Amino acid sequence: MPIKTMPQAIQECQDQILASDRSAIVIGEGVPDPKGIFGTTLGLKQKYPDRVFDTPISENAMTGVCIGLSLAGFKPIHIHQRIDFTLYAADQIINNASKWYSMFGGKAGRVSMVIRAIIGRGWGQGNQHSQNLSFIYAGIPGLKVLCPSTAYTAKGLLYEAYKDPGPVMFIEHRWCHNLTSEVPDQLYSIPMESRIVRKGKDITIVAWGYMVIECLRAAEFLSKQGIECELIDLQCLNPIDTGIIVNSINKTGKILCVEDGWKESIISPRILVEIQNLTYPLLLGVKFNMDGYAPASQGLIKDYYPSVKEIINAICKMCDKIDFNFNEVNQYDNNLIHDIPDQSFKGPF
Amino acid sequence: MTEEYFRAQKLLDIYEQSLRIRMVEQRIANEYQKQEIRCPVHLSLGQEINAVILCKHIKPTDMMVSTHRGHAHYLAKGGSLNALISELYGKSTGCSGGLGGSMHLTDRDFGFMGSTSIVGGTVPIGVGLGFGHILGLHDIITIICIGDAVIEQGVFFESYNFACLHKLPIIFYCENNKYSCYTHIKDRQPNNVIGDSYKFQRYFHFHSPFEQLEDFKKLIYTTRTEPYPCFIEIPTWRFVEHCGPNNDDHFGYRKEDVPNDPLLELEQKLPKFSKSEMEYKINQEIDKAFELAKKSPFPQKTKLYAN
Repeated sequence: MPIKTMPQAIQECQDQILASDRSAIVIGEGVPDPKGIFGTTLGLKQKYPDRVFDTPISENAMTGVCIGLSLAGFKPIHIHQRIDFTLYAADQIINNASKWYSMFGGKAGRVSMVIRAIIGRGWGQGNQHSQNLSFIYAGIPGLKVLCPSTAYTAKGLLYEAYKDPGPVMFIEHRWCHNLTSEVPDQLYSIPMESRIVRKGKDITIVAWGYMVIECLRAAEFLSKQGIECELIDLQCLNPIDTGIIVNSINKTGKILCVEDGWKESIISPRILVEIQNLTYPLLLGVKFNMDGYAPASQGLIKDYYPSVKEIINAICKMCDKIDFNFNEVNQYDNNLIHDIPDQSFKGPF
Repeated sequence: MTEEYFRAQKLLDIYEQSLRIRMVEQRIANEYQKQEIRCPVHLSLGQEINAVILCKHIKPTDMMVSTHRGHAHYLAKGGSLNALISELYGKSTGCSGGLGGSMHLTDRDFGFMGSTSIVGGTVPIGVGLGFGHILGLHDIITIICIGDAVIEQGVFFESYNFACLHKLPIIFYCENNKYSCYTHIKDRQPNNVIGDSYKFQRYFHFHSPFEQLEDFKKLIYTTRTEPYPCFIEIPTWRFVEHCGPNNDDHFGYRKEDVPNDPLLELEQKLPKFSKSEMEYKINQEIDKAFELAKKSPFPQKTKLYAN
């Protein structure tokens, strides 16, 4: 199967949607520009000039325009280069798109649109270009929120989001853009549910977006020393699918949520609330970003995000593993440049 | 049959529809005291005629979005009276199944796509509808009903900019009643007339509706044949409080002279007709709507929000 990056998978998905559905529209600030939203929209304007649009710098109005387009029978995919920018559009997203169906008793139609938004990290982007604001949108009824972790799931989930009759927020982590995976050439969809990334018997880890990758790295180190983690990729932040999580906890008795967000976020606590009715003793843990805002300085980034080493530490504590040998992990950690996903990343954002 | 006759008939028709809206709003105000209508109502009393004139010149397939003060727009566009009254009572027979209330009206059969309760909220949605009709090559214009305060929202200028950029067939239909709740426009904007503060490429000040009927017709025609957003500003006066059924002039916040009732002005221009007959007919229709609303069931608990 061909290997593709997440932007390639997303570009291909949108290309195939535009080709197969005359009502599809791709729209957003910079969509047809030479950078093409990190490559995710490259070439689309040339192929579909009548249905691919750049926009004024007006996030709020453009979201409303997409709602209007949807009510007029189109299916827009509206793109924001940073999730921070969507706050201008919060009125239209929360007060209109998410509620249109319910507040008119279903009689004024349904807003079917996808809002793609990207979370930044590192390279000094700081407070207003690298906040993880997923939790705001994950707390809104009527709005589905997806956060893929791989190129394969990104393509499948984006198509699923596109087919959904309601509004879906599709949140991409910028550092997942650099990852590759096997991605089928044809259009396919995968359900908006959690998925098991790695099987294990000792502890259940729930993560989403880029944290899935960090947890996978941690799980591999732990496996070498006898701890087998069951890693679950949440994928859908609202509604939360707890079926797979509960099945896993039945086996492990322990759950750790790893979230690259602030402790003020509602996502991890909500997962724990959803499983609170389980009657047996359960060990719960949550690993968040360190306190404070998203820092710009490369000197602070290292300690800001949950690292592989910290995740391993948390898991060892929960599993009573006191003799874990950190030599290999320390070596891995020392070789990392903490404000970029890998050496191929040369900035600027 | 002279031209004058047709003009008189047209005015009579406008009068009848405006009177109907007036009587509906008055009945809502009366019934409101019983506390069975349990939702905020922003009545269109005093602001009936212009909406009727506008809707006389557009097609049923043309689309409209509106605001918290949307009863007149909804009724003028053809929205069902029964469904409006039921909606106020929160009943399942309401235009939004009882889930919306006075500020969330819709009747898609007549192109009334929805009214919402946040100032400026439907403006970009109307622009999106207009954009969709241009992309789909439909012969449809979109009316965005707004009040004077919408100009103070950033989203208005964002939307207007986009509408101009894509030359959309849109009418921003602005009823300037000078007050946002209790705050006069002079405390909110540099001029009392919006057109004095901003230069809109296509702007129409609709100060004397009966004298300007033909100009108005032309304007709609131009919007349809040479699409570009047009801003229509209409000075109006709401008879009662911002929200609710009562007169609140005892607060003394509105210092200016109360303008003439446009409905009475129009009445004087009409040929002979039986007002009592007209009122009787309208009252019967209103009676039925209230009867239906009162006896209809409340909506079922649903999971509508769950997409």
